[in-house]
Amino acid sequence: MTTHHIRVTVNGTEREADVEPRLLLVHLLRENFGLTGTHVGCDTSNCGACTIHVNGTSAKSCTMLAVQADGTDIKTIEGMADGATLHPLQQAFWDQHGLQCGFCTPGMIMQSAWLLGQNDDPTEDEIRAGISGNLCRCTGYVNIVKSIQQAAGELRAAGQAE
Amino acid sequence: MVTKKGVVAANFVDAGTKRADTRATPDPRAATSYCLLAGPIANPTHTFIRWWNAPSAAEGTWRNDRPMIPPAFDYVRPVDLGEALRILKEREGDAKVLSGGFSLLPLMKLRLAQPALLVDLRDVTDLDGISRVGDEFRIGGRATHRRILEDAALGAALPIMRDAAAGIGDPQIRNWGTIGGSVAHADPAADWPAVLQALHASIVVQSVDGERVVPARGFFVDTFVTGIEPTEILTEIRIPVPGKGSGGSYQKLERRAGDFSTVGCAVQLTIGGDGRISQIGIGLTAVGDAPFAATKAEDALRGAKPSAEIFREAAGAASRQSRPADDSHGPAEYKRAMVTEMTTRALDAALVRAKG
Repeated sequence: MTTHHIRVTVNGTEREADVEPRLLLVHLLRENFGLTGTHVGCDTSNCGACTIHVNGTSAKSCTMLAVQADGTDIKTIEGMADGATLHPLQQAFWDQHGLQCGFCTPGMIMQSAWLLGQNDDPTEDEIRAGISGNLCRCTGYVNIVKSIQQAAGELRAAGQAE
Repeated sequence: MVTKKGVVAANFVDAGTKRADTRATPDPRAATSYCLLAGPIANPTHTFIRWWNAPSAAEGTWRNDRPMIPPAFDYVRPVDLGEALRILKEREGDAKVLSGGFSLLPLMKLRLAQPALLVDLRDVTDLDGISRVGDEFRIGGRATHRRILEDAALGAALPIMRDAAAGIGDPQIRNWGTIGGSVAHADPAADWPAVLQALHASIVVQSVDGERVVPARGFFVDTFVTGIEPTEILTEIRIPVPGKGSGGSYQKLERRAGDFSTVGCAVQLTIGGDGRISQIGIGLTAVGDAPFAATKAEDALRGAKPSAEIFREAAGAASRQSRPADDSHGPAEYKRAMVTEMTTRALDAALVRAKG
């Protein structure tokens, strides 16, 4: 099988790789680029641990091929913090105990970030629907919802201050 | 093996044989290769779970036996539809079309589909749109579930489309999964096929030789098998705009958020000036080898005045026409009871919308 040369922008940095067509996007990120913040959970597009943004749209990277992402702009959990300053969602998950084991957290935060980009003031129901493709086996979701509510408030306040 | 139904059918026969071997309880319907396609394979995720849980000592290590990486294939990303169709013609039977990928890639990981070539339609962006042309809506094959969910004009005229789109997968899957991909994939537990049959929609397929417009009723031949030839691409869905006094609803029973349907029922009904049902379409999800129109229930309703009694009678007819299989979603008897329930709910909701 021939390999394909692909170029992607990951968290603002241009990257290139020669990949087999069957290489999954999540493996490109983890194994070729060393960005292991994106997790592989179920590998069947159920659990959402591998959620990233492709051209600003949330996607499950275990069910996308690296070649499909050629030319796209990708954002992963590693691209969320600004230096030592956590993204408001990351800080909120810390403050509200929105994680226990942390395995689902990168996907949960990336999906929440996409959700808040669509709707900056979601109701609890809208938050729960928005993260329905992300499974957490520890928290029972209560603190995750609180985390997203906290971040939504902070992001709205920051938006109004600008 | 290339059959009239396409290379996919061949892949599923092979895969079905393997899957049947690993099941603890043999499927009585697996007596013929044809029936290997039926029933429990309906849901790839559940097929996977069943396969994963099955004893595997005789089949080597799990690393070899239960791979999560697809087998090797070639990949091409044509710049337009013409190039895509030419490639499908040149590689007839070898190639599969990749749209959103959220149905195809899980099957490839399980080796239930093993195309030699994937033709990615990502850059064929003129199939993305939703528009109204005269008396019909035209939905591009690459329109995502999310785009359908958010299309105001479509949602206002056909709220049933919003019902169905909202229940498919989860937000990430709706962001990338497409109606054309879902319809061409033809999982009997997928939601669009029943909706399109209830709406008397048409499905447009193209090849280098031209275009065919196929009624949704009759398009879904069998589990994962449609009327699409291996050299054709599903380019558009056409749905007649319902007239005054029409209402529709899709009611889906799922075990948990984002799951495939256990049972789904799509209803679109029109009340005429005389207060009687002038037009009726009912489609059922996940209770047959392929999604189908509940024609017996339609016959019971056409020309009748809507009432709880006639709705109950029609729901019973729908249940009797369904052929569900026992699987991880529940026994067939339960599913038949749920057809009665979901059909009643869909009729009630459609009537409320028809009365506006």
